[in-house]
Amino acid sequence: MIGIEHYLVVSSILFVMGVLGIFLNRKNVIIILMAIELILLAVNINLVAFSVFLGDLTGQIFAMFVLTVAAGEAAIGLAILVIYFRGRGTIAVDDVNRMKG
Amino acid sequence: MIQLVSFYIFATIVIASAAMVIFARNPVHSVLWLIVAFFNAAGLMVLIGAEFIAMLLVIVYVGAVAVLFLFVVMMLDIDFAELRAGFVKNVPLGLLLAVVLVAELVLGIGAYQAGAVKLGTAEAGGATISATVPNIEAIGALLYSKYVFLFETAGLILLVAMVGAIVLTHRRSHGTRGQNISSQVQRRPQDATRNVNQPVGQGIEL
Repeated sequence: MIGIEHYLVVSSILFVMGVLGIFLNRKNVIIILMAIELILLAVNINLVAFSVFLGDLTGQIFAMFVLTVAAGEAAIGLAILVIYFRGRGTIAVDDVNRMKG
Repeated sequence: MIQLVSFYIFATIVIASAAMVIFARNPVHSVLWLIVAFFNAAGLMVLIGAEFIAMLLVIVYVGAVAVLFLFVVMMLDIDFAELRAGFVKNVPLGLLLAVVLVAELVLGIGAYQAGAVKLGTAEAGGATISATVPNIEAIGALLYSKYVFLFETAGLILLVAMVGAIVLTHRRSHGTRGQNISSQVQRRPQDATRNVNQPVGQGIEL
């Protein structure tokens, strides 16, 4: 029978995949955003697994809110990407220095 | 048995497609692999009875977020080969970090499985999952009663994100005629119209 540890292993591997994706594609903002989506997916799997195996529905409500924030984050992130590309003609993260931060 | 087999199928495909997302050369392929990952994660959630979140995952992620990604990737004319320049250089450190992280996480889970850590119990008076009430019905009852303000806040967050995205990307184009509200409001009847006593037979002057 599958237990909570099965789900935790899957979600931790997925989480690490997301972190690795940010590390490897350090220049490409689009892949970085997709890696963040993978991380949030891992968090959602975790929340749902704990919710089910503890028998408390609250975790699934939380997963829904995480989903909401992820959708908003993707929309804003891609909007910023589009205007950045319009101004500079590239999306390489290394060249982001307009604010001299 | 069938549950175990489907769990392993879904889990393998989720992890494999997540790997393809970050290793694919073409970002369009990355987005398509992301869609595969989301579908199989939804399968994982259906397997333990969280149907609502699974369907939400398919609708929101695959239907909206992934399509948005696809749209942006295809709209922007980007030289992706150039962006992969540092990829090989980053592989050793990234892999090392990933292996350390996953080892730590699996160590924690192994400690749980060995009995060193106990899974806590749900808070008394919380929303217990009942076998007779369908998942969607239970979530709806909880969402519109106990978490109604959080639910409305989530709606507000989406509204702000929508307005933000529109304001950021909207470009005022020059060839078009827009509405000038202040000049409309400032316009007075005496400036706009005049009374004339038109003589008969002379036509009108506009």
